[in-house]
Amino acid sequence: MFYSSLTDASRLQFAVTAMYHWLFVPLTLGLGFIVAFMETRYYLLCKKAAKNPADSLSIQNNADFWLKTTKFWSTIFAINFAIGVATGIILEFEFGTNWSNYSWFVGDIFGAPLAIEGVIAFFMESTFFAVMYFGWNKVSKKFHLASTWLTAIGANISAIWILVANSWMQHPVGMHFNPDTARNEMVDFAAVVFSPTAISKISHTISSSFMLAAVVVIAISCWYLLKGREMEFAKKSIKLSAIFGLCSALFMAWSGDNSAYNVAKTQPMKLAAMEGLYNGEKDAAISIFGILKPGYEQGSDENPFYFNIKVPKILGYMANRKAGAFTPGINDIIEGGYQFEDIDGNEYTAKSFKDRQLNGKVAIKSLELYHFAKQQGDTSKLAELRNILQDNFKDFGYGYLKTPKESIPNVPLCYYSFRVMVGLGCYFILFFIASLLLLRAEKRGGKPLEKRKFLLRIALLSLPLIYICSQAGWVVAEVGRQPWTIQDLLPVQASVSGIKASSVYTTVIIFITLFTALLAAEIKIMCTQIKKGPHVNEE
Amino acid sequence: MGLLRKIWDFYYTGFKSMTVGKKLWAIIIIKVIIIFCVLKLFFFKADFKGKSPQERSNIVIERLTGEENTH
Repeated sequence: MFYSSLTDASRLQFAVTAMYHWLFVPLTLGLGFIVAFMETRYYLLCKKAAKNPADSLSIQNNADFWLKTTKFWSTIFAINFAIGVATGIILEFEFGTNWSNYSWFVGDIFGAPLAIEGVIAFFMESTFFAVMYFGWNKVSKKFHLASTWLTAIGANISAIWILVANSWMQHPVGMHFNPDTARNEMVDFAAVVFSPTAISKISHTISSSFMLAAVVVIAISCWYLLKGREMEFAKKSIKLSAIFGLCSALFMAWSGDNSAYNVAKTQPMKLAAMEGLYNGEKDAAISIFGILKPGYEQGSDENPFYFNIKVPKILGYMANRKAGAFTPGINDIIEGGYQFEDIDGNEYTAKSFKDRQLNGKVAIKSLELYHFAKQQGDTSKLAELRNILQDNFKDFGYGYLKTPKESIPNVPLCYYSFRVMVGLGCYFILFFIASLLLLRAEKRGGKPLEKRKFLLRIALLSLPLIYICSQAGWVVAEVGRQPWTIQDLLPVQASVSGIKASSVYTTVIIFITLFTALLAAEIKIMCTQIKKGPHVNEE
Repeated sequence: MGLLRKIWDFYYTGFKSMTVGKKLWAIIIIKVIIIFCVLKLFFFKADFKGKSPQERSNIVIERLTGEENTH
């Protein structure tokens, strides 16, 4: 069942659903912690007031301020949580309906992390989320604070399991393929959970979500300053979020470097596409920015760029963590023959596309013969066929690709998305530093923040930019690994179910309508709440 | 019984005193109805529904090794 239009429709549907889902998730992940820090401040001030009866009034006033601040941002958190909740369920429906070959092939490897995620999401988040909103004045301050922290931690633990499952697709480890069932069976849970890909993906994605939440809080606070309202509330929210955002952004930059190294070792084609690197280099230069020639074909002698501003040696060092190493380009990966060191430090000569395609065909043929022999009751050849399959299984997916071109992701999309993500990531590091410096300058008698209208407008305009940055990151990660649903083992065209493309396109239209309505509802409710300000005692 | 009563009261009064939360719950309920009663029912019929694990394995193996896929 190989329909390219069905594959395209299913990919479009999954991309639309995942990208809409990802509009809501990162704010939940980060804002939960920002609220928890605010409530911790409130809790500590209450304790301080109890210990210092002489100053208790002023301390209590300060504590009340943080209570009001906590409640306001909790409401924003709840709105985002409510609108985003269950949008991820549709992705699971899509696995069963549109990607049934893939769903069966991944076996329990995908199922285990998703089941853990489901249990944690249901019990941890739903229990403590209720205490967080209904528990004011009904449970002790300590228990309430613990619930707020546990809600934030629970949301992030849920995300971690989803990211573990995603990482396995990018770098499948810790499993064994069973030809009797056509399923991958988990043989090493720790290898799946602690794979270098999982570690770098979790750290990079979660820290970027923290950064997104910090920017959202700062942008909304700047709106208050522009309106001349809630000055103290806005400035203290900016200060806390800028510290949180800066720490997250610096960690994110470090994890991004780690992620680039990991991609170089496990998905070299993705790295080559991200860099628009067709011909590999020793001590490769990194592209800062360039314009790719549209329609450039792999294998062409032309320069793929109209212009390309590069910094020497940086990419080579990032990809290999040492000087003098070779970073393969797209042409090298297709042709093979270069020396390559994998993530475990094993060095070998890279295979060409043709060799891998041949291995893949052998693996697929052995599976077919194994299945046939089993059905015929001929057990004499089963062991031999099983061994042939296992020996060639690493290249199983290449057997479905007709031409080398099919193994290359969309280079311009990866290249430009990567630059948008990194460029905006750097901008936001400066954004957080500038926020803190301006608050410090004001404290030392400088111009008040609310008088810096131009900068406040820039901060407000940064709100859509952080979402673009976050989405660009997903485009790099997910488009960059094409054509694979499971790296080297299963391409998209072999992963889809035998359903009609037209019905998939219909659901795409329904999703876009549904999610756009949800997004509009979120923005409207959130704007109403922001306009009301932090004075309302919300549940 | 006392604990169950406390839990009931906790949620009952919590839901009753909601303001923005009421709108959010309405959105969640509408969304879940659309997802499960429209999308799941009419558009997302599981491909292997009613098939035994062995039948599912056979279908996937046949698809993965079929001529159309392996050219």
